[in-house]
Amino acid sequence: MDLNYTPEQEAFRAEVRQFLEDNLPDDIRERVQKRLRHDKEMTQRWQKILYEKGWGASTWPEEFGGPGWSPIEQIIFEEECALAGAPRQLDFGLRMVAPVIMTFGNEEQKKRFLPGILSGEDWWCQGYSEPGAGSDLASLRTSAKREGDHYIVNGQKTWTTLGQHADWIFCLVRTSNEGKPQQGISFLLIDMNDPGIDVKPIIMLDGEHEINEVYFDNVKVPAENLIGEENQGWTYAKFLLGHERTGLANVGQWKALMKRLKTVAHEEQDGQRPLIENTRFRDRLAQLDIELRALELTVLRVLTDKRGPGPQASILKIRGTEIGQKLFELLMEATGQDAIAHIPDALELDYNGPRAGSIDATPAAGDYFNMRKLSIFGGSNEIQRNIIAQLVLGL
Amino acid sequence: MNFDLTDEQQMLNDSLRRFVSNEYSFEKRSTFIDAGKGSDPQTWSALADMGLLAFTFPEAFGGLDGNAVDTMVVMENFGRGLVVEPYLATVVLAGGLIRDVGNDAQKDECLSAIASGERKMALAHYEPGARYNLSLVQTTARKDGDHFMVSGQKTAVIHGGQADQLVVSARTSGNATDESGLSLFIIDANAKGVKIDDYAAHDGYRIADISFSNVAVSADNLLGELDQAFPHIEKAMDLGIAAVCAEAVGAMEAMNETTLEYIKTRKQFGVPIGKFQVLQHRMADMFIQAEQSKSMAILAANTADSDDRAERRNALSMAKTLVGQGVRYVAQEGVQLHGGMGVTDEMFAAHLFKRLTTINLLFGDADHHLAQVSDQLLAKSA
Repeated sequence: MDLNYTPEQEAFRAEVRQFLEDNLPDDIRERVQKRLRHDKEMTQRWQKILYEKGWGASTWPEEFGGPGWSPIEQIIFEEECALAGAPRQLDFGLRMVAPVIMTFGNEEQKKRFLPGILSGEDWWCQGYSEPGAGSDLASLRTSAKREGDHYIVNGQKTWTTLGQHADWIFCLVRTSNEGKPQQGISFLLIDMNDPGIDVKPIIMLDGEHEINEVYFDNVKVPAENLIGEENQGWTYAKFLLGHERTGLANVGQWKALMKRLKTVAHEEQDGQRPLIENTRFRDRLAQLDIELRALELTVLRVLTDKRGPGPQASILKIRGTEIGQKLFELLMEATGQDAIAHIPDALELDYNGPRAGSIDATPAAGDYFNMRKLSIFGGSNEIQRNIIAQLVLGL
Repeated sequence: MNFDLTDEQQMLNDSLRRFVSNEYSFEKRSTFIDAGKGSDPQTWSALADMGLLAFTFPEAFGGLDGNAVDTMVVMENFGRGLVVEPYLATVVLAGGLIRDVGNDAQKDECLSAIASGERKMALAHYEPGARYNLSLVQTTARKDGDHFMVSGQKTAVIHGGQADQLVVSARTSGNATDESGLSLFIIDANAKGVKIDDYAAHDGYRIADISFSNVAVSADNLLGELDQAFPHIEKAMDLGIAAVCAEAVGAMEAMNETTLEYIKTRKQFGVPIGKFQVLQHRMADMFIQAEQSKSMAILAANTADSDDRAERRNALSMAKTLVGQGVRYVAQEGVQLHGGMGVTDEMFAAHLFKRLTTINLLFGDADHHLAQVSDQLLAKSA
């Protein structure tokens, strides 16, 4: 047992750090570190820079153009990216649909879809939830009827994150009503430019446009876009959720935010003393710091476990999102009543107008509101507890 | 970065797991505790035969140069079976101090006697009113020729009543709360002027209050340098923290297993109560707490031997805070899920509950250590 990184791992960390220092554009770094609004252009620009370095997909094996890093190297990379102020890469392609294509797709599909995901040219979104199918995902009703060499898709998906930018959507669709609800589901890749697709924004409580509804009206999808076998989509979806949950622990990003929070606590004033001297606030900060350390170690334990990430990954989703939410809560409370003002324009990099309080106050409340999503998406934390109870504890 | 046990540690773990489940049943444990001796002679000599009492001592003194990770393996297994032998007191605390600051003569004499099982020792440090403050020591040791005269009062000495010899902290200079001016002495438990009040503890351990009234101690029994004991005492307590964190993990896992078994078999409303989602989620949270605590117990074990004081103190206080909160959660929920049975003496869960509760109270509770971590944030430029 050795909790230190090896000299090779430390050298790798230094290499990543240097690369970030040399190549992360200042405007992107500033937007991330000040927690300003992100856009499609900056995400794609950064993805292209990583892609050209050969680091476009930290979790991919070499055969598909990934760097073939070990789990520890992946963690180091993510942590350094977050600490440097790099934007989060788009999970939907890189970490969600790509592993499904690699594992269950045919050669043609791998050749056709993986390069665009890696370069960032193709923007992917996820078509799982429906108005009537949230936690009870298997009750989904969007249908795909086979007609010759096509499927005709009808229905509605919702909570589609960043679907307004998307070129492609990976969908769970119903291809059969026989047997249990899980048995008639298929995994289908759909071109967002196909006729019959309509995307409508859902404005979130922070006033931002991040999620969408996607309507399918007799959309004609080539049968070659089916992943694996018809009616086996539930198996692939469960596989994907396992991958998603490991990523949801988000330790690198939380460590970067914790670092910022400590600085904010030293900078913000509480009367005539720095906020950090307020024992009640400082104790809560310390408590969260401890919980984050425990999460970090648990992630490392799960990722270095030779048996691979199992249902235990649900722990990471639960604790990762709880800790993230508390971080944003403390970031908001650290700026006190300055956080109350809502100035949407101030979330742009070129904003020069008045703002309430410090730059840290500007995104504080909006982020806090927005981040309530963490314990809801990706399988709500209550669903995660069901998974632990059933698959780990056998209840 | 790896979390794997070495082959030797894995073997140690396997043989201890077997020993605890075969030789240390709940019923046997009760008879050991009822005997009131604080140690079962057969169990203690079995531990000596397994080499456990010497594992963490230097090879030159009959040990295997083990470290706090080895101790973690031992204590986790002890936690699973709620072993109440004086291992923590003798090997980890007193033995650890002699190993770390003793001279060759002291190591030769004490460590081999501990290793063979013939001598038990304890660390007498905490004092009435000091609570968890490590530097508040008012017991004094006054130089008198080639002797020191020790006088004062020690409290909550784990297995103090079973020790043949005590490692005692005393002030040799400075004021009551100074970190400098503390020294350590090895004192025979039956020396003239030593009075030991030996109590049964709720958790099956024994605990003692000990007073020293002009006890004459040979200068040869000064342990380590005069006036310089504080950092060593602090480190011994950190080794103790790492040990009980590991014990807590074993006991939490045992609590989770026995509770899971109970809710799978206990029927109400015609179904096993484990079918109710309200209990499933609580059980899931108990599982999460145990896993998080395990991560921090691993951190504690891997840092406890470090001489980098700031790093060690931060890690150990982080660990004891999270584990202190974890044991409270798992212990309380474990009893609650057992219903009325959980508050009866016949259930293993009730005994796990009691030990998990006292672990939080040893070496500083969660609030104490949270304050330590918190105050370190003041200094950090972050």
